[in-house]
Amino acid sequence: MQSQPFRHSHAAHCESGVMSSLLRHQGLDLSEAMVFGLSSALIFVHMPWVKVGGVPLTAYRMLPGAIIRGLQKSLGVRMRTHRYGNAAEAMRDLDRLLAERGAVGMQTSVYWLPYFPPDMRFHFNAHNLIVYGKDGDEYLISDPVFEHPQRCRGEDLAKARFVKGPFAPKGLVYYPVALPSRVDLGSAARAAIKRTARRMLMAPLPFVGVRGIRLMAKGVEQLPDKHPDLRYPRTYVASVVRMQEEIGTGGAGFRFMFASFLQEAAELTGREALREASELMTDAGDSWREFALGAARLYKRQDAADFPRLAEQLRVCADKEERVFRLLLRAV
Amino acid sequence: MRVDEVPQDNSATFDGGRKAMYALGEDGKYRLVPSTGWEVEELVTSAAVAEFKAQADAALARARAGLTAPLEYHMYARRMDLQTLAQSAGLMRWRVRRHLKPAVFARLPDKLLRRYAEALGLSVDELRRLPPAP
Repeated sequence: MQSQPFRHSHAAHCESGVMSSLLRHQGLDLSEAMVFGLSSALIFVHMPWVKVGGVPLTAYRMLPGAIIRGLQKSLGVRMRTHRYGNAAEAMRDLDRLLAERGAVGMQTSVYWLPYFPPDMRFHFNAHNLIVYGKDGDEYLISDPVFEHPQRCRGEDLAKARFVKGPFAPKGLVYYPVALPSRVDLGSAARAAIKRTARRMLMAPLPFVGVRGIRLMAKGVEQLPDKHPDLRYPRTYVASVVRMQEEIGTGGAGFRFMFASFLQEAAELTGREALREASELMTDAGDSWREFALGAARLYKRQDAADFPRLAEQLRVCADKEERVFRLLLRAV
Repeated sequence: MRVDEVPQDNSATFDGGRKAMYALGEDGKYRLVPSTGWEVEELVTSAAVAEFKAQADAALARARAGLTAPLEYHMYARRMDLQTLAQSAGLMRWRVRRHLKPAVFARLPDKLLRRYAEALGLSVDELRRLPPAP
């Protein structure tokens, strides 16, 4: 394929931002919100028995990799991926790919990227970024969650590509090799919305979707009884807010990004109900922001009486999302 | 969230950077708006950073007193916990826990030390040492 100069775009989330930029580089112009929506990446999952950093796993989006995979299914984009046995081989191949393609996506750790702000460096191994060039020993990096392009020394990039542990990247690089000859975005959007709505409402698992939100509400309510010294409960609610806001979600755990997608889908399909669903989703997102605010207040005040109130805020989010997804199921 | 509601709280955790947020413009359409931070997010991020710092400080004091191995200090200083270090070094958790004992750590073969050093991004020499006392 061609090699026009690569253009960096600022996005809310790493994986959707990378895919949006890579596709645009190949001539398929899709916003980050469209990429996110079309890959049915929105979800809510709360698993009290799976501990991450000592607290229950809580996720507002599907597993890492779901956007790259989902977009291939939804649009028929063909991607090529490589993983490597060792860093030296992976870095050599990166130089070859850069010469051939001009830009490739890759998976890295966050912690070992020196250009991240010190306070944002945590051990998360499923970060995504684009490398689009090399200048001496430095790689030119388009990291979508940064406003401007970054640079990273080869040695540091190699370290970030070969961390071990959960989601170990094993040097993963990926790039589109074939775009579909014609794309029917409207029907792809409808199919994607249906998948997301079904997951959120009908997953036969009590910890997924709207039921997952209510499960978390119940857990939050019971926290002070089970842990009277409040040390653990504070860490618990703080970590939920981190998953919702800190990791680059565009606000409210991807809910605003999804509302933006619904707005675009309404334009594409001409269905008024999608516009209405977008407004309701914005309202649900605003409730998630209020929940985050409540959680922060709780964190500071350390008062056991705040927990039922916080649980109630979560139930409001659950009710609002249930309305959105019921409407969406009818509308598509 | 409307564009004028996007927080611009100049969070220290952003280190001068800006994050993209989705917000409704006056025309009722969503767009991306750069944000300098939100105090709510800053609070929970700094709390997580402070927790690692507190653990590193406590481990350092214990290591100086000979109650734990330097490995425990380096683990927290790199923002890892037992699980993360075990996964990054490719070892079972119980082995890592055992290696935190000063006597066991002192006798660790080079092969294992190199594994820890690699996972923590240190040299074997640095791994064995503690930062100089202030």
